[in-house]
Amino acid sequence: MQPKVSSMSSPSFPTKMHIEPHSSGAANTPTSKEAKMRAANLNFFYGSFQALYDIDLEIQANRITALIGPSGCGKSTFLRTLNRINETIRGTRYTGEVLLDGVDVKSQDVTALRRRVGMVFQKSNPFPKTIFDNIAYGPKVNGMTSKQDLEVTVEKSLRRAALWEEVKDKLQKPASALSGGQQQRLCIARAMAVDPEVLLLDEPCSALDPIATLKIEELLFSIKDQTTIVIVTHNMQQAARVADNTGFFMLGKLVEFDRTEMIFRNPSKKETEDYVTGRFG
Amino acid sequence: MTLRTRWRYLVNNVMLALTGFCTLLTISILFFILGYLVWNGFTSLDLAFFTELPKSPGEAGGGMANAILGSFMMVGLATVIGVPIGFLGGVYLAEYDGGWLPPVVRYTADLLNGIPSIVLGIVAWNLLVVPMKTFSAWAGSVALSLILIPIVVRSTEQFLRAVPNSLREGALALGANKATATLTVVVPAARRGILTGIILGVARIAGETAPLLFTSLNNQFWATSPNQPTASLPVMIFTHAISPYDDWHRQAWAAGLVLLAFVLIANMTARFVVSRNAS
Amino acid sequence: MASSAKSTSFTAVRKSVQMGDEAARLVTLVFAGGILLITLLVVAVLWDHSSLALYKFGFHFFTSQNWDPNSDEFGALPFVYGTLMTSFLALLIAVPLGVGAAIFLAELAPPKISSILTFLVELLAAVPSVIYGLLAIFTLVPFMRDTVEPALQSTLGFLPFFQGQIFGVGYLTAGVILAIMTFPFIISISREALLAVPREQREAALALGATQWESTFDIVLPNARLGIIGSIFLGLARALGETMAVTMVIGNDPSIKASLFAPGYTIAAVIANEFAEASGNLHLSALVALSFVLFLLTMVINGAARLMIMATSRKGA
Repeated sequence: MQPKVSSMSSPSFPTKMHIEPHSSGAANTPTSKEAKMRAANLNFFYGSFQALYDIDLEIQANRITALIGPSGCGKSTFLRTLNRINETIRGTRYTGEVLLDGVDVKSQDVTALRRRVGMVFQKSNPFPKTIFDNIAYGPKVNGMTSKQDLEVTVEKSLRRAALWEEVKDKLQKPASALSGGQQQRLCIARAMAVDPEVLLLDEPCSALDPIATLKIEELLFSIKDQTTIVIVTHNMQQAARVADNTGFFMLGKLVEFDRTEMIFRNPSKKETEDYVTGRFG
Repeated sequence: MTLRTRWRYLVNNVMLALTGFCTLLTISILFFILGYLVWNGFTSLDLAFFTELPKSPGEAGGGMANAILGSFMMVGLATVIGVPIGFLGGVYLAEYDGGWLPPVVRYTADLLNGIPSIVLGIVAWNLLVVPMKTFSAWAGSVALSLILIPIVVRSTEQFLRAVPNSLREGALALGANKATATLTVVVPAARRGILTGIILGVARIAGETAPLLFTSLNNQFWATSPNQPTASLPVMIFTHAISPYDDWHRQAWAAGLVLLAFVLIANMTARFVVSRNAS
Repeated sequence: MASSAKSTSFTAVRKSVQMGDEAARLVTLVFAGGILLITLLVVAVLWDHSSLALYKFGFHFFTSQNWDPNSDEFGALPFVYGTLMTSFLALLIAVPLGVGAAIFLAELAPPKISSILTFLVELLAAVPSVIYGLLAIFTLVPFMRDTVEPALQSTLGFLPFFQGQIFGVGYLTAGVILAIMTFPFIISISREALLAVPREQREAALALGATQWESTFDIVLPNARLGIIGSIFLGLARALGETMAVTMVIGNDPSIKASLFAPGYTIAAVIANEFAEASGNLHLSALVALSFVLFLLTMVINGAARLMIMATSRKGA
């Protein structure tokens, strides 16, 4: 065990970066047996346009995996295949496999899959309902009916999203009354309310100020013991701060995937180095 | 799959089927109208319909040549009156936005669009039939143009607004003044859309009946000038359909087919123009 | 000298260009203002011509059931009742079907099928009123007389709405034809309101494990609520003012009956039938007063509808 150094306190990169090492040696490499999700030979198409080429990637359980790369590189597309939300866009299809706990997601019931694999979007998208009803929506469609259970779940989820203290007195107010950062944490709480095994975040902080961003990053740390997290970000410092493993996408290909410290300190590919040192994009 | 999940999918599929049925029912009405009208219309249509005057009530034969001409004349006059007003009004709303007037005009145009056409007929009657002391094609045309104006205003504005601002700025940057830029760059860029709006508006007034009932009235003979009561296809369909004579019913079917064919062809042409514009 | 002359002429050109610009603005302004004037003119004409009847009968005009041009007695109630009743029946039929179809077209149908069907709905909206009337006389009226109304009478005949003699023409038939004519409006505007709901709203619901229907019903519909209500109001305004098709199937009887099978009359229909041959100034004035009522009704409903539709489309943008 090396001494723990908080990566939050020293976000500068790449040379001075301190990454919290993983406790077990086996988990240090991204290709361990603890893979919660796995993509194999994944090719993705929007109509005739191919957005992803032969992606092979393993997402480790209870780790934060960051996906970085220039815009249009396919990182969001990849994220959105993990819970099959891309299916709602017309003309999309993919070849290859996406596995959740070793089972092909295509073979699973899509609503059950999405309950297990939650998602938070780039723009906070609270429903035009009260704060309470926003959080309670997921549990409700998934069969929770008792008012008491719902109240417990809502409080638990809001506490996990570190939002409880701020909103406990206005649960019946419309969610639109919250600030941008609060709305995004509400969306995380909403996603957490159905106890997802995996949480996908698509550039969740891109519209937020640094303080709100920090709060969300702290939140991710606090939930990662219960949830596997995949975060797409255009912000390399953020990837360096929060992620255990990082994948670098470019032009629809996964250029490199490794432990975050390796990606930022000692990348094996020239493109990765150019990107993380700011010589590209 | 749990029982609950099965139930949720069942609800999902039942609602899909139900809403699909709603859609199918609505669409089937269109096909019923088309089918029934084409069937009855074609068997009733003959050369005389296009070349002869109507016969006296109850007498077989004859046609609606005067009504076809009357419709063309009144729709044409209404277009000549209504399109310039609507077009220029639309240009103002789109290009000189700002201040209190444009939003008020916009809202008023929408309201005008919602006034029942028969009420506009009364206005045209007051403006022309009362002072002229006779029903006339002029009065009918004015009534129709009152319907056409708000349609053209709003569609012109909408399509001018769709023209990217960079085009306007490009023209202004070359030293063109606003009027020149609008006339030579913005309007040409939106011309297909504007034309589409006009065609749809014209198709709409071609089928209007209510405002003609007491403005142009009807006429069994040729109207020799726009100052006389004038026959039109929609009014002819109305009077023939409610008459007790079988041969008049036959004529009504023929007139209905001709009118619907005109309206639908105009609509399809307009939408074809727009979809080409969009792609 | 030469250069100064040149610059003067340049200024002159600039000045005339500026004047041209101002003239263009003024010309378009006049025409835009003309639209306001036309609307004011409508109000003025209606007010002017209806005053005679309104002055003579006062509020009694709206409460009297007696419409008798021969004895110069004019009461508006049967027409107001007929107008409201037929429009109410129309909405009763058209709202569930229209909103259902809009949901199908905007949310549930495969995109290709949806675009073809939407095009057909737009064509349906273009069919002239008089053609609906023509078809209704020869198809809907006999169908209602021989099939629908006897069936209703034998099943629901204990209710006062479904009793009495069956004619084929009447409130119910007019309601059905109005429903058919209001569908396309409700469908196309509701559909636009649904499509204006941001994509992220749907995805958020789906990502929580909602089915397509749950996402539509729980999340998209509440988002589009105002626009859908607006479309219903717009449909209502259209039904209230619809003239020809109703005139051809309502039966033209100025009396109020409980039975929906009974012939009735609407404001628009009585104007269409009597205006050209009105027997005197009072008769004309009474008809214009009716049209004033119709105008105010449709204005209020349209105004509300437009505000609601504007509110949703702005939110979606």
